[in-house]
Amino acid sequence: MDIDKRTQQLAARLSYIRDIFGPRENASVALLKHRLEEFLTSAPDYGMRELQQQVERLEELFSLLEGKLEGELTPMDRVRIVRHPQRVSLKDILENVYDNYTEIGGQDEWSIDPGMIIARATIARRMGKKTVHQPVMVIGQEKGHGQEFRNGGSIKPWGNANALYYMRVAETENIPIHTYVFTPGAFPVEDYPGAAQQIAKNLYVMAGLKVPVVAVFSEGGSGGAEAIALSDKRLMLSHGYYSVISPEGAAAIEGGLKGKATPELIERCAQQLCITAEDNLRLGLIDRIIQEPPLGARPDNYEFFRQLRREVIRATDEVVHAAQGLGPLRALAMRREGKDVDPQDIFVRWSLGPSARNALVELRFNKFRAMSKGALRDNRTLGTRLGTGLVRALWQVHSLLRHDFLAKYQRRLSGLLEQWEAELRALGHGLGGPFGWLSRVGGSRLGVPPEALERLTSLSCPEEGACRTEDMWVYVSPKSKDDRTLTCPNTASHGCQDLWAPDLFGEFAGVCSHCGHHFPMEFQWYLYNVFGFAQAYEFNSELESGNPLHYEGFDLKLAEAKRATGLYSSCITFETRIEDLSTVVAALVSPFRGGTVGAAEGEKLIRAIERARIKRMPFLMYSHGTAGIRIQEGTCGVIQMPRVTMAVRRYIEAGGLYLVLYDTNSYAGPVASFLGCSPYQFAVRSSNIGFAGPGVIRETTGVEVPPNYHRAFSALSRGHIQGIWDRRDLKKNLHQALLTMGGSNLYYR
Amino acid sequence: MLNVKEMLEELKASPYEEIEINTPHTGVIEFVGLNTGDRVVGPSGKWNEKPGTLLANLTREKNKKPICATQKGVVTNIATEHEGKFVEAGVRLLTIRHFLSKEEVIARILKKALYLFCAPERAKYYFVPEIDAKIKAGGEQSVKPRDGMEMFIVSRMKRETPLAYAGPEGIIYAVYFQQGDNVDGGQPLIGVCQESQLSLIQDVVNRVQGEWEEQD
Repeated sequence: MDIDKRTQQLAARLSYIRDIFGPRENASVALLKHRLEEFLTSAPDYGMRELQQQVERLEELFSLLEGKLEGELTPMDRVRIVRHPQRVSLKDILENVYDNYTEIGGQDEWSIDPGMIIARATIARRMGKKTVHQPVMVIGQEKGHGQEFRNGGSIKPWGNANALYYMRVAETENIPIHTYVFTPGAFPVEDYPGAAQQIAKNLYVMAGLKVPVVAVFSEGGSGGAEAIALSDKRLMLSHGYYSVISPEGAAAIEGGLKGKATPELIERCAQQLCITAEDNLRLGLIDRIIQEPPLGARPDNYEFFRQLRREVIRATDEVVHAAQGLGPLRALAMRREGKDVDPQDIFVRWSLGPSARNALVELRFNKFRAMSKGALRDNRTLGTRLGTGLVRALWQVHSLLRHDFLAKYQRRLSGLLEQWEAELRALGHGLGGPFGWLSRVGGSRLGVPPEALERLTSLSCPEEGACRTEDMWVYVSPKSKDDRTLTCPNTASHGCQDLWAPDLFGEFAGVCSHCGHHFPMEFQWYLYNVFGFAQAYEFNSELESGNPLHYEGFDLKLAEAKRATGLYSSCITFETRIEDLSTVVAALVSPFRGGTVGAAEGEKLIRAIERARIKRMPFLMYSHGTAGIRIQEGTCGVIQMPRVTMAVRRYIEAGGLYLVLYDTNSYAGPVASFLGCSPYQFAVRSSNIGFAGPGVIRETTGVEVPPNYHRAFSALSRGHIQGIWDRRDLKKNLHQALLTMGGSNLYYR
Repeated sequence: MLNVKEMLEELKASPYEEIEINTPHTGVIEFVGLNTGDRVVGPSGKWNEKPGTLLANLTREKNKKPICATQKGVVTNIATEHEGKFVEAGVRLLTIRHFLSKEEVIARILKKALYLFCAPERAKYYFVPEIDAKIKAGGEQSVKPRDGMEMFIVSRMKRETPLAYAGPEGIIYAVYFQQGDNVDGGQPLIGVCQESQLSLIQDVVNRVQGEWEEQD
């Protein structure tokens, strides 16, 4: 019966409201509950007509109070909305927003990752009487209205790899990509291709995708969201959230708790992390908000789907328009387009021409480059800024003349000279006799400098004490001043003897002389002994980490970190020479807030990469330790993942060599973006590399991981890194790597 | 002849083993407040990654090193006279009385009563067809291995070589490998006992399973 159905619907609405508002007492909710119960008890006494009237009145009351409750939503309520099983999901969107679709990423549980849906869909556009079906690649996470096998939209690395494959397919077919972000975060497993490394690959490829990408956020959980969200237009549903970490996770860290944090603390963290659509729009991290009905969109809100359709079409049109331009009349119409005008009425073909495809990538880079600029403190004076800009311009001109213009002729000339010389030498060898002197031109045949020859051939130099050159360290760790011994953690398995601190941290460079275990060393040790920091030129040291979200108590913590380390951020960027090769180095140092990356660090990294690109130098990224993205900076921190990765891609494509060196512990965001995307990643022995630490893995997946799960050797055997180096050989190995790897545009090639 | 019954009585009379905890090297010893009769646990966790209960700390050259329990048991006989004093290597600190579990008792009995024939290298092991057929028809005890008898096929990298049994004559008490699975070198393949002792061993094992009272 109609009345019964409507009553049931009201009961379902009330139950939804109570789910959203959680345990909180609310007068409106109490009133709704009371009125519904009252109606249900007295309903048998009403006549048909009265029943109708009462239900109508109740429905009106529900709509009214839902509107009122909408204004009372806290950020945590929004988190509960997106996690609710009744929340719209990607399947609903495919059904209601697109005209037709075929799933290609698997079906339901028969998929490489049921949490990731990939579909080819079409959108029908009108052109006069003609209908044009425009193809789109739709990629996104599916939470599945309580379907367990979807894993709540938490994507495993192979799911992200599948998404990446179909992004490339879309690029080949020159069709736009619509991505829908419905994920609480990526599933933290290290099995190949690895959670972090796969997200890094996704970001790297998406940074250069030559088709329009539009992302719609509902639940954007940190790295898992970024894996598909690097896009030309970023839209967000009004009741969604986009955050660096779940409020529960933030509360657990904030409270220093291993167990569950209190609901009040979680609520406060959700508030402070600025996770709502309005917050993200204000911070400039999304382009537009798509308004949902009060208390969030559910699968039967058809008007919402119509609006979503209009918005994604409009966004795709705008991206195409920005990249290749439309005819003057359509451009005018698009500018004047209000909310009441259906963007479907203006026809825009979504396939791009060759020049527009390159322009699109450039526009995307510029868009991300401009983000989160206000989230750091730039302490440079106006004069310094102008000076830096001028020097940069001069270097650009120099680079153009020296490397693009002159080098071309120089290469031709040297090639010609080389050929002549080879001819002459061949003449000398073949003829002998009077021409034999030609083969001896150029000094000794070995070409080894006499001092090196001396060093290699003489057995010892007793008058100078031990003949050691490699362990004369410039910087000696202060830990070596302690008169004490230390025990190697491998003693039980390897039988290592205790080590005396002055030996261990002095001459041995923190390496167990028996088993080779590397004890952690200060970042200064590397700066001075490996990177020659004493002779280096540090730049952008004035860029300072800030507190863009005004996170409570964080200013104090930041000030303390600055005081303790003497640094303004966890990133040090400098130009140095490794042996005889000029190199740009960026170091993330763990004593400053665990080496976390925020807006200042991201900006410094991008500037260092740009410097390396302009000056044709190799770029070396040394991660002394990083705990991930700085959670107190919220999404301003997360956005550094795509930002820096895009800069890296630009640099590598320009012909540069990007080398990553991991030390101690490197986890989460940075590994899942600009560190993990390097084709040359090396680790210092005894370091740990991964996406999430063992505690987080246990909490999120319920799986215990073995103690050596994140060790560099495990990462090497999974194929995540390319090699493991001994600390004492770092300089030598780095020099060799610079000579043997990398891009074509390095000045010394 | 091995007297299994006597062995069991012996185990029943003292159902524990005593583990002496000695200093691994010189240093100043500092107990952590354990008393005689306190219960301690050994390393735990799936990979034994969590160390056992802290028993004492040994400090040498300002390097404080924990000494932890290696087995579950009860602390007895603490050498409190060493508290705060410098001790040599190998000095007994305390004793852990570890009560044997059913599995440990059975393992001890079988270790003495059985002859274990072990895999010489890591490979897949199979019985030769005749023995395999015999086991399938009449059970493990129908096979009577004797020295030099060709019993196994060792399969490694698709190369198959025969392996002869070497050891005392008897009957197979237990087979410890699955045919077709890889067995590490040194792992037992079969346990052989004297035919006359078979029923006795089985009886003792059953009795241990039924009667042995485990003490925590």
